[in-house]
Amino acid sequence: MKLRDFIDKIKPDFSKGGRFEKLSSTFEAFESFAFTPNTVTGGKVAPSYRGSHIRDAVDLKRTIITVVIALLPALLFGMWNIGHQTASFYNLDWGFWHQFWFGFLRMLPIIVVSYVVGLFIEFLFAEIRHEQVSEGFIGTGIIISLIVPVTVPLWQLAIAVAFAVIIGKEVFGGSGYNFLNPALVARAFLFFSYPSHMSGDSVWIAQPFHFTGDAISGATPLALLSGNSLSSFSSSFSSSSSFSLLDMFIGTIPGSIGETSVIAILLGALILLFTGVASWRIMLSVVIGGGLMGLLFNAIGANEYMQLPFYYHYLMGGFAFGCVFMATDPVTAAQTNTGKWIYGFLIGAFAVLLRVLNPAYPEGMMLAILLMNCFAPLIDHCVVASNRNRRKKRWATAERRIA
Amino acid sequence: MNSNQKKLITNPLGKNNPITVQVLGICSCLAVTAQLKPAVVMALSVTVVVALSNLIISLMRKSIPPRIRIIVQLVVVSALVILVNQVLMAFVYDVSKQLSVYVGLIITNCIVMGRLEAFAMTNRPWDSFLDGLGNGLGYGIILVILGFVRELFGRGTLWGYPLFEKLGLYNIGYENNGFIIMAPMALILVGIIIWIQRSHNKELQENK
Repeated sequence: MKLRDFIDKIKPDFSKGGRFEKLSSTFEAFESFAFTPNTVTGGKVAPSYRGSHIRDAVDLKRTIITVVIALLPALLFGMWNIGHQTASFYNLDWGFWHQFWFGFLRMLPIIVVSYVVGLFIEFLFAEIRHEQVSEGFIGTGIIISLIVPVTVPLWQLAIAVAFAVIIGKEVFGGSGYNFLNPALVARAFLFFSYPSHMSGDSVWIAQPFHFTGDAISGATPLALLSGNSLSSFSSSFSSSSSFSLLDMFIGTIPGSIGETSVIAILLGALILLFTGVASWRIMLSVVIGGGLMGLLFNAIGANEYMQLPFYYHYLMGGFAFGCVFMATDPVTAAQTNTGKWIYGFLIGAFAVLLRVLNPAYPEGMMLAILLMNCFAPLIDHCVVASNRNRRKKRWATAERRIA
Repeated sequence: MNSNQKKLITNPLGKNNPITVQVLGICSCLAVTAQLKPAVVMALSVTVVVALSNLIISLMRKSIPPRIRIIVQLVVVSALVILVNQVLMAFVYDVSKQLSVYVGLIITNCIVMGRLEAFAMTNRPWDSFLDGLGNGLGYGIILVILGFVRELFGRGTLWGYPLFEKLGLYNIGYENNGFIIMAPMALILVGIIIWIQRSHNKELQENK
């Protein structure tokens, strides 16, 4: 209990009237990081301690840590896949651990930048507002680093994270008050600000260290499908050498770090569903919405992209990752059960719609979730209002019967 | 100029700014501020139109029948806007082409009609002129700030001068931000200006 004693010893300095009173939020954050605080999810100690989206005995800390654990399979697979893609595109003879180590080294700066920038801003705002630091960014930080290409320039990532935390979250009052998913705000910011680093063929494969040459192009299935390269996509299928359905399912394809492997994401989904952290209604309705929209395009079949079997949409790009980890974000999703069905269904449908009809935006999932984030409060409002009306009518008929 | 008249000019620049406090004229402020030069020209045009229309309407205010005052105001504003448009086409044709419909749309700018109705109809000509000038400048200062930030970080230039290129920023890996050129980012920037202004000015904050 050395650490406990030390913390207790310096605690007065950070309390009201102490020498470092200004840093009280920072101290509190590190104390509750090291030890479980005596007061959890009370709401009485400080209102900010309890996120407005927490409606259970479980507290924010445990929720976020569950999400982080659920992200681990995708993270570990993503690290290995970085090395695997580099090795196979540059024809390097790397073993499993070499590939993993290379991916780890490429991944580490991204995670560090994401966390350092994001947490610094969170701490800053907590100190300015005299609030306790919220755990919200622990999950967001890792999601951000999983949905970017491995070659993303770190300074751009830093700006995007700062933008997402300030404009996406803190201006509305911090964790639990944001109406947009901060991780997707960061990605959307990168996508619109620096499109050449977020899409195209040459951003998905990391270069080996000490390599000085042109970047190798390794297009993602989505990039191959959008625009003029439709024929190259179908030829890559017919040759069945590059992207087979199984490759896309396992995730050994170029793409954003954590988004490629559907298996790893499904593992995370199991954890989230088993612990009850994410809503199964949203996940299921996203899948249904995307599938039905895919089938609708199959029925129209005007071009090759429309003829693509609907289940390919589940395996390509960020559909699976967005469905499991971002559409289900409890803060920005719809809160009512009926609302969740509508919200999820429209996310799936819009994602496929954007992908197929707008080749300028290959990643429709990001825009679909952000769009529905905006509509989630409206959906909830309508669901609640219609429920009230229904009960009113029922009461009116019951009253008449009694009379 | 007495202190009340000075306030007519300084208030719109600060705590009664037409864009950041009254939230008027947002449309044109998003549309024309992708670069500094059109933003400055637009700011000057609006200032001239608001100031002169305020002056003219104030001179006529006693002879305008109340029931048709909006039409009279519109005729005056339209005449001024057409004049400004002709001047721009004659002297700064490039900018005039860039601004395209937004010069003509000054007629529909809420700030112009708002000042006529709220101030010029009931105040003396010199006060009205100063009020128009102040509001035009208050609108203009936000436009110039937006134009400055958006051109600098969106294109790396200032008034067309390739500043970031001369500084050698591109050689060390810097890149222009494409998002800041788009209208949504302009709206976010306006929001940030409002945020900063409100946090510095207690009068603008609602009671908690």
